[in-house]
Amino acid sequence: MKETINLTLKVWRQKNQYTPGKFEVYEAKNVDTHASFLEMLDVVNDDLTQKGIEPIAFDHDCREGICGACGAVINGKAHGPLSRTTLCQLHMRFFKDNDTIVIEPYRAKALPVIKDLVVNRTAFDRIISSGGFVSVKTGGTPDANAIPISKENSDLAMDAAQCIGCAACVAACPNAAAMLFVSAKVSHLALLPQGQVEAKRRVKNMVHQMDKEGFGNCSNEYLCEAACPKGISVANIARMNRQFMGASIS
Amino acid sequence: MADSKRLQSNIPSGPIAEKWTQHKFNLKLVNPANKRKFHVIVVGTGLAGASAAASLSELGYQVSAFCFQDSPRRAHSIAAQGGINSAKNYPNDGDSVYRLFYDTVKGGDFRAREANVYRLAEVSTNIIDQCVAQGVPFAREYGGLLDNRSFGGAQVSRTFYARGQTGQQLLLGAYSALMKEVGRGGVTLYTRHEMLELVLVDGQARGIVTRNMLTGKIESFAADAVILATGGYSNVYFLSTNAMGCNVTATWRAHKKGAFFANPCFTQIHPTCIPVHGSYQSKLTLMSESLRNDGRVWVPKNKGDKRPPAAIPEDERDYYLERKYPSFGNLVPRDLASRNAKIVCDEGRGVGNTGLAVYLDFADSIKRLGAKKIEERYGNLFEMYERITGDDPYKDPMMMYPAVHYTMGGLWVDYNLMSTIPGLHVLGEANFSDHGANRLGASALMQGLADGYFVIPYTIGHYLASNVIPKVDTSHPAFKEAEDQVNQRIRKLLSINGKRTVDDFHKELGLLMWDKCGMARNEQGLKEALKRIPEIRQEFYENVSVTGTEGDFNQTLEKAGRVADFLEFAELLVTDALHREESCGGHFREESQTPEGEAQRKDDEFSYVAAWEHKGVGQAPELHKEALEFETVSLSQRSYK
Repeated sequence: MKETINLTLKVWRQKNQYTPGKFEVYEAKNVDTHASFLEMLDVVNDDLTQKGIEPIAFDHDCREGICGACGAVINGKAHGPLSRTTLCQLHMRFFKDNDTIVIEPYRAKALPVIKDLVVNRTAFDRIISSGGFVSVKTGGTPDANAIPISKENSDLAMDAAQCIGCAACVAACPNAAAMLFVSAKVSHLALLPQGQVEAKRRVKNMVHQMDKEGFGNCSNEYLCEAACPKGISVANIARMNRQFMGASIS
Repeated sequence: MADSKRLQSNIPSGPIAEKWTQHKFNLKLVNPANKRKFHVIVVGTGLAGASAAASLSELGYQVSAFCFQDSPRRAHSIAAQGGINSAKNYPNDGDSVYRLFYDTVKGGDFRAREANVYRLAEVSTNIIDQCVAQGVPFAREYGGLLDNRSFGGAQVSRTFYARGQTGQQLLLGAYSALMKEVGRGGVTLYTRHEMLELVLVDGQARGIVTRNMLTGKIESFAADAVILATGGYSNVYFLSTNAMGCNVTATWRAHKKGAFFANPCFTQIHPTCIPVHGSYQSKLTLMSESLRNDGRVWVPKNKGDKRPPAAIPEDERDYYLERKYPSFGNLVPRDLASRNAKIVCDEGRGVGNTGLAVYLDFADSIKRLGAKKIEERYGNLFEMYERITGDDPYKDPMMMYPAVHYTMGGLWVDYNLMSTIPGLHVLGEANFSDHGANRLGASALMQGLADGYFVIPYTIGHYLASNVIPKVDTSHPAFKEAEDQVNQRIRKLLSINGKRTVDDFHKELGLLMWDKCGMARNEQGLKEALKRIPEIRQEFYENVSVTGTEGDFNQTLEKAGRVADFLEFAELLVTDALHREESCGGHFREESQTPEGEAQRKDDEFSYVAAWEHKGVGQAPELHKEALEFETVSLSQRSYK
């Protein structure tokens, strides 16, 4: 494999939420194939800065695939071509010399663009705030081993709890639905005894908030699961729908 | 050794096991109806900040919480992999509060405060209860009870974990508690707000100045007390395992306003990180210490042996940790594991292209337990390793090298977690108090949550109840003055229009710090660094290029402000390293080692906390000493042999 490659980047540049954006073309020369996608953007940004052009804005923080800050649509796919991978963990060895790469922000009404590739995901925080918790206060909790929980349920809860809140599921969905995100939290808590007390209230409130934020509905495309860097299953959406139905008719 | 008069540690008297209980009784209370009259600012929303903000709001205080990320859930606590310690003794293997306390004091190489550490061990059991009640999905056994594993520096299994994502799950627990309070109206949340100044009124911490990172607006916030939970300063080394945004700005600005900075030279180098591979590299990735439970660390016995690992026969491999430390083996504390990796690489026995790596080999464990069991334990870590390196650790051993990971030093705080500025409290990694000169694995999560859930809710009430705190709002001239300072700094950075990028300066500083003040330090190197840092700083202010404008979303400007602070802070770190002419924990002075090359403490001279007072940029800081009294644990040369 070649150690360095040359790329053409078509990058979405947008000053702010209120100004229309457009694609700009940049050449990325001698990109090391061991570099991550964001490190490639760092090098491009250094180059732009040297030329006096404002660097491409993108969200990122941990760069190890867990904080959920990064993400963009790469050649039409949220987080890029590799499955179960955040953009920061996508490495340039998956691209070929002379490739053209199109880089866009997540596009959804509920996730407005702040600048370039940076979008506003505070809707997710408001959804959690509407019910994505167990209402225990600090202190006075029973011993951690007081309630045994089956390993199977605990593992399923953990599968759902792994969600990093990156919003790739919304970007991938033709309806810009947030069902995978919301259902992951609903499922995590619904699978555990701690979450039972408030289960009905939780699912109703979270779904209500999700609708209010302007996210779309699910039409079983499964593109969210395909884009999810943590591989969270659409089975969670089915579980949330059952929970929601149950909560609504009782 | 006399304590500096400025450092009142307020450690309660009495037997160590009763100090905290007695202290809680002695603390003054704010009655429930009065709590809502007090407003507390919490900066940072990691484990310590989120748990503190949620807990204080639950008690009835008005809380404003700030973070620079787009959501509180992204704080760097999220990246902790391995686990959280607690003295639950569920495995029935001899653990106790006292043993966790003892291990932590010893692991910290006797440079931590006994009373604080005991309290940490004491509340560690409440933390697990709290997290489980929130729905944190810790690993469980088939019987439905919680599973434990062991970590470095301990001979018991006391680490609770949620696969390799324990930090994530604990943070999401604290975040959910925080968002519950946001929803209830107890906490007002300010995301994408970076604290750029601390505001003092009549000597008390009364507020902060922030920059709204979306609009560039400089805003003031007033309160009755301020809590900093803003993490550590590993990024002064540029390459570290910390998230890109982690910075020293909040604590450094507080330091410049009068908060003493304690033991800044106590930095932790984590032994198992993916080695450096190129100049474009932006950060290093840690692989959890838990891997050392089943992975064996080795290098070839012979110098320059470049054969692939599988081709090196067993008798030509040196499992150097098992050889040198038979009783702890691969699970020696982090400082020892790191230093020994450096030693074998310096001997020319390092592996990989650069020779700056050692093997972490799972072949024996896969043979013993099967690949499936290993996948269950470490699947996500193996996957992450493969993503980054392109190598499959089920087939070939991982390659590892130490990297800066955590900082034990931080703002000095008393037993109540209050700094030398009345009203300014500091929690989690941002303070210095519990880990001494070396932190044990799985103890950072424990400390962050202990401070936030179980210490500050008691001690802040005492501060608010026992001090006269006059009414102040942001119209007070102190706020205007602080805002002016912030605006001046921002305009200065934007006006330089130089030729070098911010990262370029950051990389130069980081490399200097790693070379001269990294895993091993000596007088000559530290003096060279002290000469060089001001030169880099000067060039920064003459030649840095900061694009964009102030009234806009401007990531270059954000970074420039942080690097400017690192360029000042680095000098303090090196000054502290130079003054501490002993080796202890993560601070290894080459001049002070035993004949076997282990760290040699000098308890007669250095059994104290070095708390530094700021005297102006470029001026020598003033040293204040808090003597460390060991009433319970007897000082000994650490041995893990």
